[in-house]
Amino acid sequence: MRIRALDRKMLRELWRLRGQLLSIGLVVATAVMMLVTMRGTFEALFEARAAYYRDYRLGDVWSTLEQAPESLRERIARIPGVAAVETRVTTFATLDLPWLDAPGQGLFVSVPEGRRAAVDDIHIREGRYVRAGRASEVVVSENFFLSNGLQVGDTIRAVLNGIRRDMRIVGSAISPAHSYAVPPGALYPDDERYGVFWMSREVLGPNLQADDAFNEVAVRLGRGASETAVIRELDRVLDPYGGLGAYGRPDQLSYKILNDELNQNRSMGTAFPLVFLGVAAFLLNLVLSRLIATQRTEIGALKAVGYTNREIGVHFLSYSVAAVGLGTLLGALGGVWAGDAMIDLYGVYFNFPALEHRLSWTLVAIGGGISLVAAVLGGGGAVRRAASLPPAEAMRPEPPDRFTPGWVERVGVGDMLSTSGRLILRNLERRPVRAMMSSLGVAFSVAILVIGMFMFDGMELMIDLQFEVAQREDLTVAFNRDLGDEVRYDLARMPGVTRVEPFHIVPVRLHAGHRERELAITGLEPDSRLRRIVSENRRIHPIPLEGLILSAILADRLGVAQGDTLGVEALTGLRRTERIAVADVVHDLMGISAYMSMDALRRLTREGPRATGAYLLTDGARLNEVNQELKQAPGVASVASPATMQASFETQLEDSLFIAIFFIVGFASIISVAIIYNGTRIALSERGRELASLRVLGFTRKEVSTLLFGEQAVITLFAIPVGWGIGYALAYLLLTSLNSETYRIPLVVSGQTYFWTAAITLAAAVASAMLVRRRLNRMDLIAVLKTRE
Amino acid sequence: MVGSTPGRGDAGKGTGEGGGPRLGATVLEARDLSKIYDMGEVQVEALRSVDLDLYSGELTVLLGASGSGKSTLLNIVGGLDRPTSGTLHYGDWDLSEADDHELTLYRRRYVGFVFQLYNLIPSLTARENVSLVSEIARDPMRPEEALELVGLGDRLDHFPAQLSGGEQQRVAIARAVAKRPELMLCDEPTGALDVKTGKLVLAVLDQVNRETGTTTAIITHNVAIGGLGDRVIRMSSGEIAEVTVNHERSSLDEVEW
Ligand SMILES: Nc1ncnc2c1ncn2[C@@H]1O[C@H](COP(=O)(O)OP(=O)(O)OP(=O)(O)O)[C@@H](O)[C@H]1O
Ligand SMILES: [Mg+2]
Repeated sequence: MRIRALDRKMLRELWRLRGQLLSIGLVVATAVMMLVTMRGTFEALFEARAAYYRDYRLGDVWSTLEQAPESLRERIARIPGVAAVETRVTTFATLDLPWLDAPGQGLFVSVPEGRRAAVDDIHIREGRYVRAGRASEVVVSENFFLSNGLQVGDTIRAVLNGIRRDMRIVGSAISPAHSYAVPPGALYPDDERYGVFWMSREVLGPNLQADDAFNEVAVRLGRGASETAVIRELDRVLDPYGGLGAYGRPDQLSYKILNDELNQNRSMGTAFPLVFLGVAAFLLNLVLSRLIATQRTEIGALKAVGYTNREIGVHFLSYSVAAVGLGTLLGALGGVWAGDAMIDLYGVYFNFPALEHRLSWTLVAIGGGISLVAAVLGGGGAVRRAASLPPAEAMRPEPPDRFTPGWVERVGVGDMLSTSGRLILRNLERRPVRAMMSSLGVAFSVAILVIGMFMFDGMELMIDLQFEVAQREDLTVAFNRDLGDEVRYDLARMPGVTRVEPFHIVPVRLHAGHRERELAITGLEPDSRLRRIVSENRRIHPIPLEGLILSAILADRLGVAQGDTLGVEALTGLRRTERIAVADVVHDLMGISAYMSMDALRRLTREGPRATGAYLLTDGARLNEVNQELKQAPGVASVASPATMQASFETQLEDSLFIAIFFIVGFASIISVAIIYNGTRIALSERGRELASLRVLGFTRKEVSTLLFGEQAVITLFAIPVGWGIGYALAYLLLTSLNSETYRIPLVVSGQTYFWTAAITLAAAVASAMLVRRRLNRMDLIAVLKTRE
Repeated sequence: MVGSTPGRGDAGKGTGEGGGPRLGATVLEARDLSKIYDMGEVQVEALRSVDLDLYSGELTVLLGASGSGKSTLLNIVGGLDRPTSGTLHYGDWDLSEADDHELTLYRRRYVGFVFQLYNLIPSLTARENVSLVSEIARDPMRPEEALELVGLGDRLDHFPAQLSGGEQQRVAIARAVAKRPELMLCDEPTGALDVKTGKLVLAVLDQVNRETGTTTAIITHNVAIGGLGDRVIRMSSGEIAEVTVNHERSSLDEVEW
């Protein structure tokens, strides 16, 4: 088969332009890969979660109560809208963990015997489910099981209601209702010391006064049932039995955290690739239109000898198609690899029974399609411009531009520049739009660096505020149950303890007009020094003697402002409701919180002075000793050390920082290199003759390079601050799309981020210049001067 | 090709004459052509009311000072450019009314060009540059044959950058000849060549004209070449200043410059 001369030209030129096309292809590859990986991962996670919740029947409404007889189950089942009910007993117990220096804690949850739970089932990972009639068998949550290196068949000892019991581990499991196991009073899971244990009700039941009583109920709703109505009715039914308020999925911890994380993943998985795809499209358009513009005389010649516009158009579009095709292919391959890696990573984190990554061809097609459209528009525009000229004109090299001193020179700056400087300036001024577009392209790469890095600035600020300003205690102690205020003296008497500040947590329901919200109010001492309430801008908000301090997000959700009053219904004790004023609103970063002075809180509950836990300051040298002793103490549920938490937070941050930086820097560099390398190559082909003439006149390579690269240098330097601006704006948009209730990343960009984004961009620019410099040095002067294209 | 009539083709705009070529029939007729280049503040009148006829089989030589409008005229005649006003007919085909696509078809079917600036495709070899045109022609020569004709049989696989200026010009001629055009338009084909090569190139053009009856127009600065043509048209400031008819075309050996 003979190859047509026109196709030969195409193949040869594709080869000649391989560097340029490859650099453009890589931009497309990155965009496609990002889209496929991030969006694809999100879709896989969403599907896996939906399957998990469906197959293991996650409840829709839950309620905890003091206790109720099993006969109440019938009444709950009759509530309109309720499709399935499961009652259970849950209780905390201290665990003997001889291999650790301190005891652990377990949340014991009863499971039905001889059948699987109709609501909130568990998924066995290893071993088996508990057998009917075997009271001592237990299934352990997988994270605890793995963290402690346990084996099926091992025995674990727990103190259940004051009785020491040995239990045989028959399996490990995960459960949608307990996917996120946080010890009471703590903020994060502690898998070594805290786990969930599923076992028969026979052993757990006797903790309650009646043998067949339950203290927790989980309900699944029928199709079309109203959650609010069921919650209201369930509250009414459970009220005489000390119901703590029914809540739906949005308030269920495990659901809420997973949901927040998936939503965040969705925002990132959509916003990030879209930004990238947009930049890639812009770039393709820019670079291809310039690349084709350099072929103007050839387009003229082809037209002159009788090729039709369509034939010429198809011929030149091959550049766009080649670059995009290559990019899409590489992107899809990269997506397969990165998607698998992401899913492996998330698999560890999210722990779904079935999580699989499948390359989504739809996403590949969307990414490739958008890129192709951009490339065809960019390339097609240039072909059309060249083809619309009469061939007689197109065939002639572009007439020398009429140079006039530009505005910069008119302002008088010109006198300060050398001749080369003036030449560079005039070249930029001659094509201001093109220079701006190139600069904008580089600016986008700077912006991508900024949005890749700023989050870590925000998290660092968050850690700093949380652990340096807000949480200043050495140890946070949580008790098994609320204790009398005297406990502070017991703690203060411990050797090594230098300061004790008790706190009191009371679950409440806040009412503001028709809006309501359940959460816990933290009561602090008015002169609290170990725990302080800090706003994003480091302002410390003192605890008012009267009234509430609310997180700004909470105030916003409830539609209240400072000075308004709220109905506050205590969900414990006498369950009184009182109207309390919002004394202060704090723009804080962690979660949704409400604070009060302990005294004011006591007036609400009408209880004596109570403490849920305490913040301790120790004599540094004896910190460990105090820690040990507290962990052994009866009545202590958990002891946390903010310093340890901070350290683990920071390592986690550093790890993810490394991975993110690696990718972001790679991606942004691909963009800057694509723009700067192409810009210089095109400038070289446009002005090759001019530069060769200068060389013939005796200019050195260095002088000629200065002329060629000076322009790109100005474009890059101009792009950096613009990119910072765009990055900041994109960061703002990204953050507003991530409205998580668990934490809020503040919009801060550190000097370090500004520095690194600039440094990386400059490095990419220098690297691109070096690549072209080789070509410039090898330029065959005679060949350039001889060929009249 | 010899048997075809100007203007006949797929466009269906034949002259109605079914017979062979009739020496002296008007192939192309231009009336009152003018071309104004609008440069913003200045307007360049490159052609002023030019009338031109090209007759079948004739070799016409265009002479004139630099800037007198020769290239402009030839470009318009060849369908590379449009006149600002005036009419242009190829047979019955009104080219002044033709759109871009029709002009393309006109060039593709009937016109062979040799440009002042060669305009070869740098990424294609000599042979491929010729193939580029022969592939879209209806009854082309083989590219090798065309290159042989211009004496470049041994440079088939050279790229333009590997050829001398004269050789590049000859490739350009081979490219034009290969399609066996009705109308051969050459803009200074010998401009960059030495006497010997120049003669070689002219000999080729002369031979093609005589053997195939291709209507030919050649722009040149060289007055001596005028003797080769059936007619010599002298241009000056965008106008046709003088038309001389040579009843006897001189042979190439008589031309000296
Ligand atoms: N694209 C253009 N824009 C503006 N003016 C033009 C353009 N092309 C040609 N001209 C002007 O039109 C006039 C005629 O140009 P043309 O190229 O036809 O001259 P020519 O007779 O071929 O000259 P030469 O022998 O130097 O090639 C000249 O004054 C030229 O400056
Ligand atoms: Mg000319």
